[in-house]
Amino acid sequence: MGVKNLAATKGDGELIESPPVRKIDSSEKEKNKHQRRFKILLFILPLGLFLSLTLSVMLGPVTIDMVTVWKIVLSNIPYIGDGVTAYWSTAQQNIIWELRFPRALLGGIVGAGLAIAGVGIQALVRNSLADPYILGVSSGASVGATLVILFGALQFFGQYALSIAAFLGAFLSVVFVYTFARVGGQISTIRLLLAGIAISMILGAVTNVIVLSAPEEEGIRSAMYWMMGSLAGANWTVLPIPATAVVLVFAFLLYQSRTLNLILMGEDTAATLGINVDAFRKLLIVVTSLLTGVLVAVSGAIGFVGLMIPHMIRLLVGSDHKRVLPISALFGAVFMIWADIVARLVVAPEELPIGVVTALCGGPFFIWLLRRSSYSFGGR
Amino acid sequence: MLQVKNISFSVPEKQILHDISFSMDQGKFIGIIGPNGSGKSTMLKIIYRYLKQSSGQVMLYENDMEQMTRKKIAQEMAVVSQETPVLFDFTVKDLVMMGRTPYKQWLAQDSKEDFAIVEESMKLADVLYLKDRTLGQLSGGEKKRVMLARALAQQANILILDEPTNHLDIEHQLQLMDLVKELPITIIAALHDLNLAASYCDELLLMDEGNLHMKGTPEQVLTEETIKQVFHVQAGISKNPFTQKLHLFFYAENVGRSEDK
Repeated sequence: MGVKNLAATKGDGELIESPPVRKIDSSEKEKNKHQRRFKILLFILPLGLFLSLTLSVMLGPVTIDMVTVWKIVLSNIPYIGDGVTAYWSTAQQNIIWELRFPRALLGGIVGAGLAIAGVGIQALVRNSLADPYILGVSSGASVGATLVILFGALQFFGQYALSIAAFLGAFLSVVFVYTFARVGGQISTIRLLLAGIAISMILGAVTNVIVLSAPEEEGIRSAMYWMMGSLAGANWTVLPIPATAVVLVFAFLLYQSRTLNLILMGEDTAATLGINVDAFRKLLIVVTSLLTGVLVAVSGAIGFVGLMIPHMIRLLVGSDHKRVLPISALFGAVFMIWADIVARLVVAPEELPIGVVTALCGGPFFIWLLRRSSYSFGGR
Repeated sequence: MLQVKNISFSVPEKQILHDISFSMDQGKFIGIIGPNGSGKSTMLKIIYRYLKQSSGQVMLYENDMEQMTRKKIAQEMAVVSQETPVLFDFTVKDLVMMGRTPYKQWLAQDSKEDFAIVEESMKLADVLYLKDRTLGQLSGGEKKRVMLARALAQQANILILDEPTNHLDIEHQLQLMDLVKELPITIIAALHDLNLAASYCDELLLMDEGNLHMKGTPEQVLTEETIKQVFHVQAGISKNPFTQKLHLFFYAENVGRSEDK
C-alpha cells in the first residue's frame, strides 16, 4: 500500500504550528517502581506484623514487657516450651496466652481474610466500589446473630450458637443473591450487584425489626456491638476455622492470579484468552462468600477493611494480583491488629467496637489518598 | 481452514442469524460488512466461541470447535473485540503479556521468550513507546493498538477483528490495516468502512438482517445494485487513482433524484 508515501497537495487552510511533542520519559526506575515496592513491602510487612503482634499482646490494662510476652508464648508451644523457665505469675500467663495472644492472632487472621476477600470480590464484579459484604453476607449474618443475641435462638449449639447462626444467615443470603442474579444459566455482574443491594436492604430491615422487638435493653446494646464488629470473643477454640479458611482461599486466589487479572479485562477478552469465565466466576463467588461468612461469624461485620485495603495496595504495587494478594493479606493483618489496639486502649477500661475504629482511622487516610494520587481506582 | 456450517442464533423472541454457511482459506483477509444490526458482531462472537449458536457447527481444521478446549482455541485464534477494559492500573506491557496466557501452565513464570514476543508485538503495533504507561492514560486509538499488540502476542493462526478502525484517525486506520494485511495469517474483520474493506480484503461477506446476502471479491460484492439493496443508499463505484483499488462514493437517494430533474 503506497498510500502514505504520496505527496499531498497543499490545501488552502491555515496551518497552525503545534508545539513540539514532549518525549515520554520511561526510565528504568519508573519501569520497576511497582516491582521494587513489592519486594520492599514483602520484606517490611512480616517484620511489621511481628512487631504489631508483640505490641498488641504487651499493651493493655496490665502492661507486660516484650521478653516475658514471647517467653510465655514459647513456653506454651509443645517441645520448644520445655526449655523455658517460668518466672511469671499465673495471672500473667492467663492474660497473655488465654486472652491477648489469641485475640491478636484473630485480628490478624480477620484482617488478612477481609483484605483478600475484597480483592477477590472487586475482581469478580469488576467494580471498585465492591467490598466483601456486597453480596449480602453481613446483613444475612446480622439477622442470624441478632436472633441468637436477643432471642436465644439455636441454644443447643451452646457457645457456638452465635457463630453458627451468623454463618447460616450469611450463607443463605448469598444463595438468594446468586439465585436472583442468574439469568439463563449465566451470572450478570450488574444483576449480581443489584441483587446484593436489594437482599442487603431487605435483611437490614429484618434485623431492625428483630432489634426493635427485643425483650430487653441490654440485649440491644450487645446486638449493636456485634454488628459493628468485635474481636472480644477470641479464644483458642475460635481460631482454627477462620485460619484454615484464610489460608485455603489465599492459596486458591494466588494460584488463580493470572485468571483474576484477565477477568478484569472483560468477559469477552478473558474468554478469547482461554478462560472459562462463567465457571471461574461461580467458583469465585462461592470461595469469597464462604471466607467472608466464616470471618463475619467470628468477628461481626467489620467494615471498610475489605474495600479500602485492596485499593491502597494497588496504589503501591500496581494491579497485578500476584503482587496485590500477598501484600493485601499482610497489610490487612497489620491494620486490623492496630485497629484492635486502638479499640481496646482509647476508652479503657471500656472498648470501642473495632468497626468504629477501622472507619474512623481508615476513612480519613483513604480520603487523603483519594485526593493526592494519580491512581484511577478502577475508573476512567 | 475454517468452516461455518448452517449457523443460526436466536435470543428470546428474535432470530439474529439465519442458517449461515461459508468457509475460508488460510492466509486470506476476509471482511464482514453489512448495516448496523445485520449480525456481523454476533457472527464473529460465535466464531470465537463467546456466544453459543442455536444450531449449526463451526469447524476449525476439520474439528468441531465445541469439542476443543478454550485454551486450544485461544492458541489458534486471537481476537480484538470492541470492548476496552477500563479497570485498574495495568501497564501496557502487562496487558500485552496477557496475550501469552494460553501458553501458560498454572503457576508458570513469564519466560525470556515471552518477553521477546511481547516486545516484538508491541513494536509491530507501534505501542512500544507506551509500554510503561497505564491504559487509563491512553487515547482511544492507542488503546485499540494495545489490544492489537495483545492479540499479536497470542501468536495465533487466525486473527479476528471487530470494527478494528473505530476511534482511529485516518493515519492509524491505514497503519493498522497495512499491519494486519502483512501478517501471514488468516484475518477476519467486521468493517464498517466499505472503502477500507474494498482496499484491503481478499474476500467480502455481506450480511443483511441476519442473512449472508453475498460472498465474493470486493469487485463482485460492492456494486451499485447490492449497495442500494442492502444499505439503501446510492453509490458510485470508481477506482482510487493511487492504489488502483475500488473506491465508493455515497449519496442519499433523494439527493440523486433532485439533481436528475
